[in-house]
Amino acid sequence: MIVLVGLPARGKTYISKKLTRYLNWIGVTTKVFNVGQYRRDATRSYNSYEFFRPDNTEAMKIRKACAIAALKDVCDYFTRAQGQVVVFDATNSTTERRELILSFAKDNGYKVFFVESICDDPEIIAENIKQVKLSSPDYANCDKEEAVADFLKRIDCYKLTYVPLDDSKDRNLSYIKIFDVGSRYLVNRVQDHIQSRIVYYLMNIHVTPRSIYLSRHGESELNLLGRIGGDSGLSPRGTKFACALGTYMRGQCISDLKVWTSHMKRTIQTAESLGVQYEQWKALNEIDAGVCEELTYEEIQDNYPEEFALRDQDKYRYRYPKGESYEDLVQRLEPVIMELERQENVLVICHQAVMRCLLAYFLDKSAEELPYLKCPLHTVLKLTPVAYGCKVESVFLNIEAVNTHRDKPVNVDVDRDPEDALRTVPDHS
Amino acid sequence: MTNCPTLIVTVGLPARGKTYISKKLTRYLNWIGVPTKEFNVGQYRRECLKIYKSFEFFRPDNEEGLKIRRQCATAALNDVRQYLSVEGGQVAVFDATNTTRERRGLILKFAEQNGFKVFFVESVCEDADVIAQNIVHVKLGNPDYIHCNTEEAVEDFMKRIKCYESSYQSLDEVLDRDLSYIKIMDVGRRYLVNRVLDHIQSRIVYYLMNIHITPRSIYLCRHGESDLNIKGRIGGDSGLSARGKEFAKSLRKFIQEQNIKDLKVWTSQMKRTIQTAECLGVPYEQWKSLNEIDAGVCEEMMYEEIQEHYPLEFALRDQDKYRYRYPKGESYEDLVQRLEPVIMELERQENVLVICHQAVMRCLLAYFLDKPAEELPYLNCSLHTVLKLTPIAYGCKVESVFLGVDAVNTHRDKPENVNVQRSTEDALQTVPAHF
Repeated sequence: MIVLVGLPARGKTYISKKLTRYLNWIGVTTKVFNVGQYRRDATRSYNSYEFFRPDNTEAMKIRKACAIAALKDVCDYFTRAQGQVVVFDATNSTTERRELILSFAKDNGYKVFFVESICDDPEIIAENIKQVKLSSPDYANCDKEEAVADFLKRIDCYKLTYVPLDDSKDRNLSYIKIFDVGSRYLVNRVQDHIQSRIVYYLMNIHVTPRSIYLSRHGESELNLLGRIGGDSGLSPRGTKFACALGTYMRGQCISDLKVWTSHMKRTIQTAESLGVQYEQWKALNEIDAGVCEELTYEEIQDNYPEEFALRDQDKYRYRYPKGESYEDLVQRLEPVIMELERQENVLVICHQAVMRCLLAYFLDKSAEELPYLKCPLHTVLKLTPVAYGCKVESVFLNIEAVNTHRDKPVNVDVDRDPEDALRTVPDHS
Repeated sequence: MTNCPTLIVTVGLPARGKTYISKKLTRYLNWIGVPTKEFNVGQYRRECLKIYKSFEFFRPDNEEGLKIRRQCATAALNDVRQYLSVEGGQVAVFDATNTTRERRGLILKFAEQNGFKVFFVESVCEDADVIAQNIVHVKLGNPDYIHCNTEEAVEDFMKRIKCYESSYQSLDEVLDRDLSYIKIMDVGRRYLVNRVLDHIQSRIVYYLMNIHITPRSIYLCRHGESDLNIKGRIGGDSGLSARGKEFAKSLRKFIQEQNIKDLKVWTSQMKRTIQTAECLGVPYEQWKSLNEIDAGVCEEMMYEEIQEHYPLEFALRDQDKYRYRYPKGESYEDLVQRLEPVIMELERQENVLVICHQAVMRCLLAYFLDKPAEELPYLNCSLHTVLKLTPIAYGCKVESVFLGVDAVNTHRDKPENVNVQRSTEDALQTVPAHF
């Protein structure tokens, strides 16, 4: 159980959602339980900050009941849904409330790791309020100034009773304290591997505005032939795309743009055209199709009909003989994601399966959806973090290319006809 | 990884693990491919002074002593500059007490003048037991105390620590808020991390937060002899030969006799390691990253066949075995990168048995024994032999245990002639015998 601690507008929900997204992507089933949401469901309409006054006994009762209801659902998630990690997102700003949670966790055999966010920079807090509080259901019927004034009073209510995690009193607890949006961290008693990974992740994320550009290499010779994998160069249209990409990126006027490619010819040739420095990552290489490398789908159906069907049955976990699965890809892309979190403006020139994995991370797509995400050639996806998620702009650079997207066919049975198997194969030469 | 060289500066009273951390961190960074070197100021002092008399040298009112110590720090910093600016080093670890703000200020100025980033690593510990342990493990064997008996040495060292205590200024949350540092408290129970500037500092912090000093052993071995091993073929995914199965049984007996507390067993996802582990009758975890090096187009070939079909590739490999990548395959350099998470988790764990493969085992061994890239691909990792690695003092004790079941030799030494135009005979000179 990851338990957030902190005054309102300190980024707890931002951290909760981001951490949950990351853990799910690396294969650790995680869910957020936001107590504020339970409160909204229980009270129907929000009147004002008065609800949060520490002397409002009626409200205190409701708030405690909401926390307990959330804890009960946590229990269900661990036992019935086989969840591995829960993120308990609330202020949890008093020793009493944290004791309640620790007691609950002990009774149920859950490990607890606290994540406290401490920030006193008025500018950051104001920005938070603007970005995520004004659009909250709580303030649906207020004007901006009223909402801000009320929210600041709400924070004051919590300040009266806020007891941060204490170096001495809480020395036996496991926690990370994040100060001033990451300029400083205090880490206490990391117990195990997952807590260590969580700490590493939290220490690498930042909130500086930036954009991440994802694109595939330009159309390649093997793309034209409908063949998968391999290490071919760009086709004439692919080369045109590389130029267009250069023009587009220059138009974006980005200072300090980092460009990353894989070690394969087609991404390197694409980057070469940009005339800027780029870094090659072997981890960005396309999924290894093993025995199916450089085959057309027709040839795969011909030579390995059973494998072809098994792949359609579970495209995420299926591993090509002597090759990789999407699941393997995610594991090898994790350091790329970690470095993307550290960086600011980056253009990643990669491959279809790789791009699907990266996109799934940013857009919180499940393992079932991931292998079918649309990543057409010659289309740049511009991802910009906004509020709790990611804005996506899809820019087709107007150079025609083959379609390489094969949808999941209706019939995935190992005994299906070749016709059924090949129904969704895109056209090629 | 970094454009700007990084200067890591340790901070802390004597016997707080600074040299332990310096050496370990240097070993890790070099293994992952970041050229790193440590500079131990105490070593400079020993070279300067020749003979250590007593703790009196370290008294804060010993003018002569202070002068010499300052000279040594300066000499060390000059060598740091040489390493980072001239010799192409990327990280230098400046290992000394650096306990005063004044000394740290000098270092910061030096770094600024030379364009180095500074990252402090402070070790704070008040646990008397831990400090006593440190003194026993690394100070008593130190050249300074070669002519003393244990009691005298301990007493003198405790007085030495006292000399530093009065002037010790720990990194301060307020006064030092603009510096980049990690404060390690009580051997890793707690960490304070301030202003991590870049990728390499982030990796250093992650590494330091995962290491521990709890006594334990790591057992490395290969899978039992496989069917392809017998035929002299590389790679592939074959099962165990009859002798390989014998080995697995012997391994089981060996493990039982070792009577290891809470042993974790790791294998790759290839048949031969899994079959070996199955015999142990205990739970084991499969890691894809422990799979053998991918020989690409040369998978399942004998060396004779590689020479026949790819003589140029075969020669290029002999010229630079560490960096050479099989066509459509991997290099040792690639292997190290994919094994890094395994090493990180090995650091977190306690007693572990890793059942892996020749190239993989060479990479892991090189990490533990601090072997450079040139030696790594030629480390001897024979079949049916378990290496028991136990951390002691600043390094690692290795016990090699051959489990008494014969197996083919799969070790091919670097031939004398690595020229692309060499004769077949020269190329195959060092190929081990096989069926």
